[in-house]
Amino acid sequence: MARKLKQLYLVQRPPIKSENTKLAFTHSMASQTAEIYLEDGEEVIPTLAMVGDGVYNVVTGQQLMKHYGLNSNENHAQMALLIDLKVLVCKEDLEARGISADRLADGSALGADMTIEVVPFSEIQKEIESHDQILCF
Amino acid sequence: MGKLTIGVFSSLVGGTTLDFSVRLAKAAKDKGHDVYFWTSGNATMLSKTGQRAFKDYSYLAKICEELAGQGVEFVACEACAEARGYHKEDTFSVFKRHSMDWYLAKCCQSDKILHIGGE
Repeated sequence: MARKLKQLYLVQRPPIKSENTKLAFTHSMASQTAEIYLEDGEEVIPTLAMVGDGVYNVVTGQQLMKHYGLNSNENHAQMALLIDLKVLVCKEDLEARGISADRLADGSALGADMTIEVVPFSEIQKEIESHDQILCF
Repeated sequence: MGKLTIGVFSSLVGGTTLDFSVRLAKAAKDKGHDVYFWTSGNATMLSKTGQRAFKDYSYLAKICEELAGQGVEFVACEACAEARGYHKEDTFSVFKRHSMDWYLAKCCQSDKILHIGGE
């Protein structure tokens, strides 16, 4: 049966400290190639939402490549934007941490048309209600 | 009967989340459901061949073999496994290896998904 599946990747943890947040990005971006396993009419539509300490994942200036030779979650966020994934960040959680919107990852240098959307938590709640599946990382 | 996909990210050793997940798969299979079992991140440790039973550490190889014999499909994230040095020749016989898109597709095709996070 044809099905368009809406998945919300709810990221609550900070980057670097564990692998989980990286897996949120890589799994959501795998939606681009999931069609090789899907039937006609089936589709996976992911949305990424950063809440709590998860907002640190999309702060710009991460130096993981410089210090460890590894892709940062800022890089992954840029790639997610490049492939037109919706990336949301909780406004209240940014403010609580003193992070301004101009410090968020930007994929335009890679050619991304999408930008990170700063939204109040009430909007993220609506996303939670409107998605078929919620995957917490 | 329904289709259930279980995605697990926790390691075999260091906690009992994988123990719980495998027993959950058994309970679902015993009820007659189709079960797909995805391991990613540290959970790919379960796909490593040569696991040995000790009383102080989780040992799930035997129950995985039994469940695979009943049709449960065990799959490890190939990139997560390779990153840990678990290569194709190191893979436990009941496991297949795929990229993450396999998991997303199974999420789409299943009636229920249980996504069980990692450390």
